[in-house]
Amino acid sequence: MTEQHHVDYLLGLGDDALIYAQRLGEWLTHAPQIEEDMALGNVALDLVGQARALLTHAGEVEGADPVRDEDDLAMLRHEREFRNVQLVEQPRGDFAHEMARLLWFSTYQRELYTAVLTSTDETLAGVAAKAVKEVDYHRDHATQWVLRLGDGTQESHDRMQAALVAVHPYVAELGEDHDAARWAAEHRVGVLPSSLTDAVNAYVVGVLEQATLAMPDAPRWHARGGRAGVHSEVMGYLLAEMQHLHRSHPGASW
Amino acid sequence: MYGNDFGQPGATDSRAGAPPHPLNAAETPDYTDALAEYFDGLIEQDQRVEPRDAMPEAYRTTLIRQMAQHAHSEIIGMQPEANWITRAPSLRRKAILMAKVQDEAGHGLYLYSAAETLGVDRSELLDKLHSGRQKYSSIFNYPTLTWADAGAIGWLVDGAAIMNQVPLCRCSYGPYARAMIRVCKEESFHQRQGFEILWVLARGTKEQKAMAQDAANRWWWPALQMFGPPDTGEHASTGHTAQSMAWGIKRFSNDDLRQKFVDMTVPQAQKLGITLPDPDLAWNEERGHWDFGAIDWDEFWRVLKGDGPCNEQRIRTRVEAHDEGAWVREAADAYAAKQAARHEQGAVA
Amino acid sequence: MTSGTWPLWEVFVRAKRGLSHVHAGSLHAPDREMALRNARDLYTRRQEGVSIWVVASEDITASSPDERDSFFDPAADKVYRHPTFYDVPEDVEYL
Repeated sequence: MTEQHHVDYLLGLGDDALIYAQRLGEWLTHAPQIEEDMALGNVALDLVGQARALLTHAGEVEGADPVRDEDDLAMLRHEREFRNVQLVEQPRGDFAHEMARLLWFSTYQRELYTAVLTSTDETLAGVAAKAVKEVDYHRDHATQWVLRLGDGTQESHDRMQAALVAVHPYVAELGEDHDAARWAAEHRVGVLPSSLTDAVNAYVVGVLEQATLAMPDAPRWHARGGRAGVHSEVMGYLLAEMQHLHRSHPGASW
Repeated sequence: MYGNDFGQPGATDSRAGAPPHPLNAAETPDYTDALAEYFDGLIEQDQRVEPRDAMPEAYRTTLIRQMAQHAHSEIIGMQPEANWITRAPSLRRKAILMAKVQDEAGHGLYLYSAAETLGVDRSELLDKLHSGRQKYSSIFNYPTLTWADAGAIGWLVDGAAIMNQVPLCRCSYGPYARAMIRVCKEESFHQRQGFEILWVLARGTKEQKAMAQDAANRWWWPALQMFGPPDTGEHASTGHTAQSMAWGIKRFSNDDLRQKFVDMTVPQAQKLGITLPDPDLAWNEERGHWDFGAIDWDEFWRVLKGDGPCNEQRIRTRVEAHDEGAWVREAADAYAAKQAARHEQGAVA
Repeated sequence: MTSGTWPLWEVFVRAKRGLSHVHAGSLHAPDREMALRNARDLYTRRQEGVSIWVVASEDITASSPDERDSFFDPAADKVYRHPTFYDVPEDVEYL
């Protein structure tokens, strides 16, 4: 019997990776130095790889007839069916915004993948074993840049601080529990997002301190609902761009 | 260009800056007869010239110009393909395209690195690109209008580039030759993935087939122009070719390479079921080569001089990225200086 | 300071265990930590390496072409340094 919570849990992880890869892909040809085009390209490629493995597995667990493959899930689901957090769908900002987002997201992903290394879902554990090394590098990359921007020039410090404030309303959602995660934690398939929060915060606090940056105050509002398919208005445009070619040619192979 | 060097009629290139440090110092202020004899001997014996060898100033400037144009082509060449990353029709294609665009960035960096062994700074070369004083391959001034264009670029543009680049692996200048070996190894993946895109489209729906054919129609002639002006006749280039061949920078003439490319590509097009847009294309039994129609060199020069559909856009995008990144690069410099100072203080204390 | 003039670093890559690091090329980076990371992304995308060194280009002293004759030619006539210089009977093993 299909356990919808299991599918939803995997979709949440896969969609985070997919949608963030989509945003990072926009950086290629726009990075501050050609070496950084290479670096952001690597991060995006790692995330596409994670998304493909996770979506493929979600389709298998779902067991629809016929089974939905990675492209069915990426290209043919509607906005309300995407289970990513809102952080990853936000439009590309300046380089400081990207490093703020990458620092939070990669730190979260690192704690997450570390925790699911022992998942009873062996496929997920396998994905995590590979991904944990990748996101460790992403976190390092973000850390290096946050240090340089925070402790660089006055302008870069101000931009980095402003970026942290701008990104902050989207951070709490990473640690919010939801039904699929509660099921996953109970069945030792996954973990409760809230169980990762302390470790994530501790790492980011350490980086910000070293970078002479301040952790922003608690925001007045914060994003919520991504895991239940509730997104920000930008998501529709992101999907329109990502899906239009595939959807324009129903049933075609690529 | 794109591994091919020629100048616009009347174009001159100012001499590159003085070499800043010993590893890459290549300037030869007093190019004596004895040094010339040594250099000529290297070329004659098909030996490689290395960064600190004495070399004729014209050899050095020719190489800097060619490597810079080649590097610029890789960097600008990222744009038409990056245009499809967010819209790639499958996740597999998205990953391949990202990896490919990233490779182009890498190739640009290998080539800038090779150019820098001649004592010129990359930022100086980028300035020349941004201000239009150095060119890049004109092929990238055409737009990628459909997904099939990603395939056509891989198949035709990278195919033509490889034709140009393989001989450069034996270029007389060591760092350039070594960079090209690395590039060529990676480039063959690019050509194959492009062919594969078109292969799938050509076997797909009616719309997909039409998309593939349309892309081939638009990219075929610009791809032939990539080999540069003809060797002879009224459209011939201003004549770097003979000197470059004598120096072992260039190994085959433009027309020879173009013919090789046509001979290689026509059977591939037949295999794909794509019709190349040239009614004069015919096998010539006597020559043992494919004959092809006249190339529109007026269009070539027009696009090269700036009047192509995307010239302005490509440079604007590049300059914007560079300018918007200035504060980031400055921040990293400032941080490095602070760290160095802290280090020194720590050492004293 | 002008932007875009990060210093140049030379990159050396060990392709696999048991081999020396070999010069792969150069790149720009603001400092040694970033140089190492950029080298990883640029020169080992296809598993070309298991270890990387980066050295600031300006810290390398290279032998000069002017000294070519005095540096390297004197070795040319010392053929006795090479094993093939010696005549030994063909049927002696492990030699």
